[in-house]
Amino acid sequence: MDWLELALRVGAVTVAFLVLPLLVGQTEHKVMAHMQARLGPMYAGAFHGWAQLIADGVKFVQKEDITPRAADGPVFKLAPGVALIPYLLVLLVIPLGPGDLVGQPLDIGLFFALAIVGVGVVAVLMAAWSSANKYSLLGGLRAAAQLMGYELPFVLAAASVAMAAGTLSLPLIVERWEPWWLLWQLPATLVFFIAGLAEIRRPPFDMPIADSELVFGYMTEYTGLRFAFFLLAEYVGIVVISALTATLFLGGWHGPMAESLGWLWMLLKTGAVAFLVIWFRVAWPRLREDQLQRLCWLILVPVALAQLVLTAWVRVAMA
Amino acid sequence: MTAIDVMLSAVGLVAVGSALAVVSTQHLVRAGLWLVVTLGAVAVEFLLLRAEFVAWVQVLIYVGAVVVLLLFAVMLTRAPIGRSTDLDRPIGPALLIGAGSGLGLAGLFAWVFRDMRVNPPPTGSAQRVGEAIFGDWVLPFEVLSVLLLAALVGAIVLSKKDT
Repeated sequence: MDWLELALRVGAVTVAFLVLPLLVGQTEHKVMAHMQARLGPMYAGAFHGWAQLIADGVKFVQKEDITPRAADGPVFKLAPGVALIPYLLVLLVIPLGPGDLVGQPLDIGLFFALAIVGVGVVAVLMAAWSSANKYSLLGGLRAAAQLMGYELPFVLAAASVAMAAGTLSLPLIVERWEPWWLLWQLPATLVFFIAGLAEIRRPPFDMPIADSELVFGYMTEYTGLRFAFFLLAEYVGIVVISALTATLFLGGWHGPMAESLGWLWMLLKTGAVAFLVIWFRVAWPRLREDQLQRLCWLILVPVALAQLVLTAWVRVAMA
Repeated sequence: MTAIDVMLSAVGLVAVGSALAVVSTQHLVRAGLWLVVTLGAVAVEFLLLRAEFVAWVQVLIYVGAVVVLLLFAVMLTRAPIGRSTDLDRPIGPALLIGAGSGLGLAGLFAWVFRDMRVNPPPTGSAQRVGEAIFGDWVLPFEVLSVLLLAALVGAIVLSKKDT
């Protein structure tokens, strides 16, 4: 692989990293509004408020960048970057289409993705502690407890599909995927999607942010661009979780005319899952802390373990 | 010296430097954060030595779980911002033991492997690690899993309320 190709691939992934979250964010504005019988943004950019997020970005850039006096400065300033970078790296290994249409084909791409997504919790703890704010710290502790709990069903569900495909490489998993896996891996699909929602702390799993009791959790003290980075991380998170769900469980680029239209199917499936993530936010009330942990340990983990046994049985029976 | 050697040494310096910061900083939580840097640098060393799988295990387990658990426990109990001077111990004995064992081990390794040529093994893929664990090392692996199970049961017993 020469340098030009490498630069091209990294550039393409960076563009996806910057564009897709904005698309998801704008969709969330409009979809949520219509589900709540509102119109949502209508003025920015003239046509149905399409430029709303760009306007938001301009606004965030102009705001004053405040670091509280009691805060631990370096850690406080570093946290938003640490929150953002893992997701950028994960996007590198998610295959967009058949053959070589992937940022960087890795032999153990799935493992890489799971490991890197897990680093995000460090950023949350950094932000929570360094803010020198009780609400921030409480939010951060809730987030850490939630993320460590849900990491388990998340990884177990992904392990199930890796066992089914017999590989840890994301492009190969998609290649070996067959439609009947939709049924065979259905429990793992649900577990992965729900645990993924909890990993990115989206409603109904937004207990760490819980604006009615913790102001804004670990993001309370952040302003301007650094706050925007946290928001961006949330929306890249939606893209990453949706794309991983589509890749692992919904067959990625499989579909009619996959050879030429594979990338379109992948994007459509990712978009559909992202729509579901937004719908969850509108439809479900926030889970209480104890309900949240109960769901993880008493339902998701046993289901994921049962799925592993089922996957192993079917694999042995087919061999 | 190849490019890999230079990178190995540079990342090694980062690992050692941040490890020194872990033990020398007076900021309690920052020590934990420096540990993230140390363990991350060790993961990069594994990557440079072509042990991909081990590198990502290092990130998943140590950075993503162990350090987070550690930070979590510190923040639950006591995590002041700024220096905590009351936690310091006399530096002399610590320096003696730390530097002594560190330099001793380094010297031992350098002496034992002084004229040994090691060819780089093939890439440490998941398949090779799996074959090694479930082939040659299956008994130690099973024994370790029993040990972990015992620890798990112990944790549950300890945290159970007496009724």
